[in-house]
Amino acid sequence: MDIVVENLTKKYGAQKAVDNISFRVKTGEILGFLGPNGAGKTTTMKIITTFLAPNDGNAFVGNFSIKDNPESIRKNIGYLPENNPLYEDMPVIDYLRFVAELQNIEKSKINDRILDMVNLCGLEGEKQKKINELSKGYKQRVGLAQALIHNPEVLILDEPTSGLDPNQIVEIRELIKKIGREKTVILSSHILAEVEATCDRILIINKGKIVADGTAKELRKQSEGKEILRVRIEDGDKNEIFKALQEVSTVGTVDFIPGEGNAFEIQSKPELSSRREIFKLCVDKKWVMTEMSFVETKLEDVFRDLTMN
Amino acid sequence: MKQIWTIARRELSVFFNSLIAYIMLITFLGFSGFFTWLYGADVFFVKQASLQSFFSIAYWTLFFFIPALTMRLFAEENRSGTIELLLTKPVTDWQVVVGKFLSTLILIIIALVLTLPYYFTVANLGSIDNGAVWAGYLGLILMSSVYIAIGIYTSSISNNQIVSYLLALFIGIFFQIIFSLLAGNFSGMVGEVLNYLSISTHFDSMSRGVIDSKDLVYFLSIIFMGLIMTEANVEKKRL
Repeated sequence: MDIVVENLTKKYGAQKAVDNISFRVKTGEILGFLGPNGAGKTTTMKIITTFLAPNDGNAFVGNFSIKDNPESIRKNIGYLPENNPLYEDMPVIDYLRFVAELQNIEKSKINDRILDMVNLCGLEGEKQKKINELSKGYKQRVGLAQALIHNPEVLILDEPTSGLDPNQIVEIRELIKKIGREKTVILSSHILAEVEATCDRILIINKGKIVADGTAKELRKQSEGKEILRVRIEDGDKNEIFKALQEVSTVGTVDFIPGEGNAFEIQSKPELSSRREIFKLCVDKKWVMTEMSFVETKLEDVFRDLTMN
Repeated sequence: MKQIWTIARRELSVFFNSLIAYIMLITFLGFSGFFTWLYGADVFFVKQASLQSFFSIAYWTLFFFIPALTMRLFAEENRSGTIELLLTKPVTDWQVVVGKFLSTLILIIIALVLTLPYYFTVANLGSIDNGAVWAGYLGLILMSSVYIAIGIYTSSISNNQIVSYLLALFIGIFFQIIFSLLAGNFSGMVGEVLNYLSISTHFDSMSRGVIDSKDLVYFLSIIFMGLIMTEANVEKKRL
């Protein structure tokens, strides 16, 4: 099932939390939703899951519209809300049974589905415990289990790994990837590495608007434009080298890399490469160059470029 | 219907797993038993084989107990955020409201069933008017339903349980006594309307064994209104 969002707008009072956004997620795709806090990620997800009604625009899951067939949508999505709210006073297994019954799973299949979820999410040892006795990581698994129990075609996960330890994060990521092969998944996060590791496509939103859309690779390229080099030159006087580098015609800016002796970060002017010029300069001045490498633009930089004015 | 029952069952299991149900049952039976059998205008004082004294004490104990049962229903879900999970499952807002309403009503009915020994005992003491007893029980169930509907409504307003409880008492006290007190001060149309609005008018006639469709309409319309207003409140959260 595809998810299609069309010109969605949501206002809280006078403030627009989501401002006329449109995008599409295809079946089998894992879409990462990135953005600073308060950018409108959660609001968008709440609208797609039919929890909130938009002020304007529409969203479709498969052929169902959030306005006309909210109940059909609810049958087909699994939703893990932000902060993972659960009925803390219920034992895990009772809670899963409650959700399974609400999802209209046939009575004869409920036990099997619960067992599948317990195995899939690694809840074997905890299934009889009350939810409030579980650690945060296990609660998160219960949240995932309840989202998956009816085998939905669409998964909406709002910060699925927040508050987990590094091992748990890796486990949950693997789980999402495994599940995500045949489902449509939207997951939000503000951890870039996570989105890069899990998602096929990234959508960055800021102040309610989409500011970037593409794979991690594409996004990097977008802001690459300028070549950034890391150069280390042995011997020689730091300041003299700095000056000489700045005079190279293709070089835009030169920075010292602090604490590393004669190492520099050199940004070329747009669309130009300074590698040859710098090499020639070193030969002319008889300096020994021991390192010259590309500095890859980090997704963090892309993110900051796009979301800070 | 199945969804309503699923939700009602979960709420009931919360009542019974958290001791709320047991505390409620024990104190309700304790209070009503004490005043029916041991103190004040009790069965022996009245010298009639009738459950009148039980009905009038239950009328007040239920008034105070029911908001304590309903205050949690929506306030807790709003506070912890679980309402979001519930409302994104394939259930309608109406099913959620009715399911929660039913759970509390079932608990009240259990409490009332446990008072049936009072009936058998009194029936042994003399010839009892069976019609009045059953009509009285029906009256208790209907008036409980009214307070459950009011309680659910106030629970959906706030995410603080204490606020819900006090608000339910505040609204409830009008139906419980204030309308009938005011009715005494007004004559004519106003007095009649106030009198009609008071639960005691309808409950008293039922506990004497008179089941009038006028009374049923009164109870059912307040219950229905409470539930509809709750549904509207739940729906408002989506906007």
